Amino acid sequence: MSGLNKNNRIVITGIGLTAPNGNNLMEFRNALLEGKSGITQNNIRYMGEQSAGFCDFDETKYQTKKSRRRGTRAGAIAIYCSNEALIDADLDLENVDKDRVGVYLGITEHGNVETEEEVYQMHQNDLDYKLWTPHHNPRTVANSPAGEVTLNLKITGPHYTIGAACAGGNMGIIQGLQMLRLGEVDYALAGGVSESPQTFGIFAGFAAQGALAHNPQDPTKSIKPLDKNRDGIVISEGGAVYVLETLENAKARGAKIYAEVIGYHTNSDASSYVNPNTQRQIECVEKAIKSAGLKVEDVNIVNMHATGTGAGDISEASAINKVFRDSKNTHVNFTKGHIGHSMGAAGALELAGNIPSFDDSLIHPGINCENLDPECEISNLVLNKAKQVEKVDVILNNSFGMLGINSVVIVQKLD
Amino acid sequence: MNAQDVKNIVLKIITDIAPDEDVSGIDDNLTLREQIDLDSMDFLDIVMELRKRYKIEVPQEDYPHLATLKSCMDYLTPKFQSA
Repeated sequence: MSGLNKNNRIVITGIGLTAPNGNNLMEFRNALLEGKSGITQNNIRYMGEQSAGFCDFDETKYQTKKSRRRGTRAGAIAIYCSNEALIDADLDLENVDKDRVGVYLGITEHGNVETEEEVYQMHQNDLDYKLWTPHHNPRTVANSPAGEVTLNLKITGPHYTIGAACAGGNMGIIQGLQMLRLGEVDYALAGGVSESPQTFGIFAGFAAQGALAHNPQDPTKSIKPLDKNRDGIVISEGGAVYVLETLENAKARGAKIYAEVIGYHTNSDASSYVNPNTQRQIECVEKAIKSAGLKVEDVNIVNMHATGTGAGDISEASAINKVFRDSKNTHVNFTKGHIGHSMGAAGALELAGNIPSFDDSLIHPGINCENLDPECEISNLVLNKAKQVEKVDVILNNSFGMLGINSVVIVQKLD
Repeated sequence: MNAQDVKNIVLKIITDIAPDEDVSGIDDNLTLREQIDLDSMDFLDIVMELRKRYKIEVPQEDYPHLATLKSCMDYLTPKFQSA
């Protein structure tokens, strides 16, 4: 850490996103406030009708049809979000040194969708392996979604993805911040993307774990974080990309500033492939608050990871109760009831949905929790209806993932 | 299957793999690459689609026969007729 210039204050100056219930920050925010779900019933290969969250942004708004065909859904999401973020930041790359722009995108996984499709097509064609596409390797290398952004925007600085399971979105932001503080880049396009519902394997995997939510009668009610009748996650796609830069740079160019990223922490459970570890989550949150130079009571919103799984929700609720039990200023919400689990995008997307609270002092609710699990009771939990508060200055965003990766990002309103 | 049919098949494949391109004015005798935006991976896709859709094999050493629409017709028409 000694190489990091922690005096470099890093701010968010642009946000581009797509979620199952909105294709820009305003649409997304309004949907969150109104309790509008983006979950629908979809036919998933081999498995039939399943609840899932798909995005409906225009894939060719910033990308040619040919490059879309060459690339991946995750790449298309990343390209859309990156272009939207740059426009939002009023940043024309023609006026900056493109060697000094980095692309850092968190992913839960990548390559499953493309590999499954090729295997499927081979089985449809008498197992003729010569029909395996020459595009398979560039589509499935792990840097692919970030690399597609550089191809699209002619960015010549560094690009890579950060494989961090469902903590990926937060980790992309953290990576971007670190690279800015190291002085490696002047601008970071940082966040997370996911194309996971395009492959049946992810659905089948969660079904095998007994952790796939169902509600064929009303898919919008499928995923029920913290509800005592919750039965698992809903798999979604999505993306959120932030333009990050130093406060000094942002001020110099007169940029609109959404927030400052003032703290973060990431650690490992070192205890299970899939089960959460409450103590490590507590440590992660506490160390993030410490890194921000804040006290617990300074945090106004905690956005939970809250996936709707039995063990995950109880563990996180326990961690939040331990850290924030005496903080009357802290409200708690979650986002997956609206949009499902957008995997590698989740951290960045869910943080974005809360950032407008700095302006409107509204806390969007977590939805679909009609019978709160007593083991998930948390003070100041905002459920099913948005809550107006006096002010919101600090938002803390949790994202945890398999193999025991925990991540917390804290952003602060800039006066 | 005559040469015109083969030309239409090749054009349909090109339209699918390069959907942004206007193929209506392509000159049969000029190379495809100097008229529309195609790279080496696109030609691999053309080979792949011929195999997938029509069971037509194009060995690697014969790839130069796909350079123009005219050479495509000359090379592929006998293959389609004997398929």
